[in-house]
Amino acid sequence: MRPQTEAELAEAVRGAAGPLVVRGGGTRGIGRPVAGEVLETGGLSGVTLYEPGALTLVARAGTPLAEVEAVLAAEGQRLPFEPMDHRGLLGQGGEPTLGGMVAANASGPRRVQAGACRDSLIGVRFVDGRGAVVKNGGRVMKNVTGYDLVKLMAGSWGTLGVLSEVAFKLLPAPESAATLVFDGLDSVQAVEMFAAALGSPFEVNGAAHLPDGRSVLRVEGFASSVTYRAGALGRHLARFGAPGVLDSEESAALWVSVRDVAPFHNGGGDVWRLSVKPTDAPGLVAKAGGEALYDWGGGLVWLRVAVGTDLRGALGGFQGHATLVRASADTRRALAPFQPEPAPVAALTQGLRAKFDPRGILNPGLME
Amino acid sequence: MQMPVPRADVIAQRARLFEQLRAVLPDEAVIVDPTETRAYECDGLTAYRCPPLAAVLPATTAEVAAVLRICHAAGVPVVPRGAGTSLAGGALPTADCVILGVARMRDVLETDYANRFIRVQTGRTNLSVTGAVEADGFFYAPDPSSQLACAIAGNIAMNSGGAHCLKYGVTTNNLLGVTLVQMDGTVVEIGGPFMDAGGLDLLGVICGSEGQLGVVTEATLRILPKPEGARPVLIGFDANEVAGACVSDIIKAGILPVAIEFMDRPCIRATEAFAHAGYPDCEALLIVEVEGSDAEIDEQLGLIRQIAERHNPVEFRESQSEEEARKIWLGRKSAFGAMGQINDYICLDGTIPVSELPHVLRRIGELSKQYGLDVANVFHAGDGNMHPLILFDANKPGDLETCEAMGAEILKLCVEVGGCLTGEHGVGVEKRDLMSVQFAQADLEAQMRVKDVFDPMWLLNPAKVFPLAASEGRRG
Ligand SMILES: Cc1cc2nc3c(=O)[nH]c(=O)nc-3n(C[C@H](O)[C@H](O)[C@H](O)COP(=O)(O)OP(=O)(O)OC[C@H]3O[C@@H](n4cnc5c(N)ncnc54)[C@H](O)[C@@H]3O)c2cc1C
Ligand SMILES: Cc1cc2nc3c(=O)[nH]c(=O)nc-3n(C[C@H](O)[C@H](O)[C@H](O)COP(=O)(O)OP(=O)(O)OC[C@H]3O[C@@H](n4cnc5c(N)ncnc54)[C@H](O)[C@@H]3O)c2cc1C
Repeated sequence: MRPQTEAELAEAVRGAAGPLVVRGGGTRGIGRPVAGEVLETGGLSGVTLYEPGALTLVARAGTPLAEVEAVLAAEGQRLPFEPMDHRGLLGQGGEPTLGGMVAANASGPRRVQAGACRDSLIGVRFVDGRGAVVKNGGRVMKNVTGYDLVKLMAGSWGTLGVLSEVAFKLLPAPESAATLVFDGLDSVQAVEMFAAALGSPFEVNGAAHLPDGRSVLRVEGFASSVTYRAGALGRHLARFGAPGVLDSEESAALWVSVRDVAPFHNGGGDVWRLSVKPTDAPGLVAKAGGEALYDWGGGLVWLRVAVGTDLRGALGGFQGHATLVRASADTRRALAPFQPEPAPVAALTQGLRAKFDPRGILNPGLME
Repeated sequence: MQMPVPRADVIAQRARLFEQLRAVLPDEAVIVDPTETRAYECDGLTAYRCPPLAAVLPATTAEVAAVLRICHAAGVPVVPRGAGTSLAGGALPTADCVILGVARMRDVLETDYANRFIRVQTGRTNLSVTGAVEADGFFYAPDPSSQLACAIAGNIAMNSGGAHCLKYGVTTNNLLGVTLVQMDGTVVEIGGPFMDAGGLDLLGVICGSEGQLGVVTEATLRILPKPEGARPVLIGFDANEVAGACVSDIIKAGILPVAIEFMDRPCIRATEAFAHAGYPDCEALLIVEVEGSDAEIDEQLGLIRQIAERHNPVEFRESQSEEEARKIWLGRKSAFGAMGQINDYICLDGTIPVSELPHVLRRIGELSKQYGLDVANVFHAGDGNMHPLILFDANKPGDLETCEAMGAEILKLCVEVGGCLTGEHGVGVEKRDLMSVQFAQADLEAQMRVKDVFDPMWLLNPAKVFPLAASEGRRG
């Protein structure tokens, strides 16, 4: 099914006889494999409103992300949260859509400073499992009118409703960027260095430790300010060694590879994504074994382990959550791809699903 | 404004309820004497008052859970309360309710600079969260003007904002986790000192739910390093439209000020008479604040000056010292107090797309003439969050009603141009009956279903947010 309008989308959901597999661009196959009729959102496409002077954009959910990024770039603006492109990691084709990005709450390195996708999302329209069209939020930056279902929809992986339209607040794209590169820090030292950097006033908006041993920090802004802050950071962090500096262009390429977890694109293995307290990260990685890429100053760990590894079993209890992002369908059936929730939280989650999708037809089981 | 008829059965059973509450709380934490419950009869929206049946002040999450279990079993409505500064009547009691105040829960539970968070009990005031970390160079970013008094509890329930949220976001963007006690006494931990949800983003929907989904007893908050410096400028214009256009141009130029505040002539005159901040007598003024090192600030202010000059400002005042900076903010910060000196007022809180600013200000001017009430405008211009203050005389019969009718017109206008009823104060009782202007039945239904899940009996703050007619079948 490929509805062309929101009304057709509502009709399709209302009339569905069984489970639906919601597909945007089909680039982020994450979660328990779902069987059902494919519902494509690609027919709902196009930017409906863009006001550069108000830093806001509204677009239909099936709009290709690339199209939106091009529209924004023409005005020197961007989505603040640096959404990752899962294609390389998952070895998939297709064209990422805004709806898929929101449904995955896809947020890249800049999340550590600028917030996640859910923080920039200011409005949604969606069709719930009953086929009703619901709107929440709007197109203004500050809005506390009623419950915030906007956040609830972000990261719900199409299990509460099918998005038809999404609205964002934007940021100006910076004039310039620089990356400081520290060599030879182990993961514990790197996370210590990140704490010092992110605890400084120099507005670091990227902090990653790569499998090749480099520890990198990014600053962005007006050119003179970038030069100043890169220098000030170097002095502030002198005890961690003298960093090399990458210019805007080299910096951009490096952060795309961090964002998309390029080091794990080839060479197999399962890939997990851990959101943890940054200073816990090195210890957890040591416990689990495997190869790690640390982002968000240590708060996000991409971990490559042997195929079929039960990572949560290996880690025991920890504060945070682990998601199985890349694995065979069999592994994703055997190990819960999403972090199991404690009973009272799981009861709330199930309660919400039952209310929004009483027939259990939207990507059923994907997040279980 | 209408409230549900208090439940006679609950009131009749009150002696038994008080006894049960005293069994789980120290005596002084259970307030039932009518002279004392009066202290809880209203919040910052003082036009509406009603003493509760009782007020309780638990000191721990376990005590909160015990109170809620009792009220749940007895079918008694509960209204959570922080510091009672809500401007929307969010903490307004009903005669059959128990006010559950978290004012005794003010401890800092953990500070962690390496991971940049603080965990507090939610009765702690907003400003004292920053107070706990500022000596170490950190701060908690959301800064409502009421920050000296208001509690983190109410900030989370209302998803409060502040002058500096243009850069740092509002409460929801700075909240990492909560301990929530559900109406049946179940204690749930949601989120924590890590980023984003592993499953559905429950934290996102709890923040801003106006005390209707559970009582928040503890919170993990993101703290940030203080900037090297900050400096405001004051720019005066001879027309509102021009000031609005200047805001838009600053934003388009890629500058990201921490705050852009707007005041119109009636507001400037009133605050000047009150605070003597030395503001120019002009149609509109902007206060724009930027952050960074001295050199970074100079550069940003240089750009802002260039942009402003294209709009022929009547004044461009840079602060050369701490004292001058303080004076620039002084008028803005005393605006509400100043208006309160000369008049009674109600403060609206609608948000509009920034591009609609000139149109909306013009319409507000027309409505002001039509209703015969003065309006002063002071607001967060960077994000379109307006605060029109409608002046009235509480001693004049009918004036409050006229004022409310005019307020409703302005809020409808905000929705009409693509905005919303409330940007930071919340719906409470104040905007409850206007919700159907902004939302269709299906939209409200989706929100009420969330409450059905968290609080199936609709006992927590049940008469707020949703028009009474819409929630009728759900409330007991
Ligand atoms: C041989 C084989 C191997 C595979 N290996 C992997 C693997 O290693 N890892 C893996 O993760 N998957 C794997 N898959 C699964 C496959 O990738 C998915 O079935 C599919 O390609 C993902 O498309 P999507 O629509 O979910 O993605 P997207 O369109 O990118 O959507 C991402 C998420 O958002 C939801 N969504 C999209 N648009 C909307 C909207 N408008 N409103 C609400 N929700 C929306 C989707 O339902 C999905 O949950 C494999 C499949 C096969 C056949
Ligand atoms: C002079 C003045 C200036 C203001 N300026 C601003 C401003 O700049 N920005 C802004 O956003 N607001 C502002 N406000 C409004 C108000 O201060 C905020 O809404 C504040 O967050 C309320 O906090 P409180 O602790 O006083 O909450 P209360 O008034 O006690 O309660 C507010 C709501 O929170 C709920 N609640 C309280 N405690 C809990 C809990 N533990 N668990 C669950 N729910 C709970 C209540 O039921 C109620 O619905 C201002 C108010 C005043 C009087």
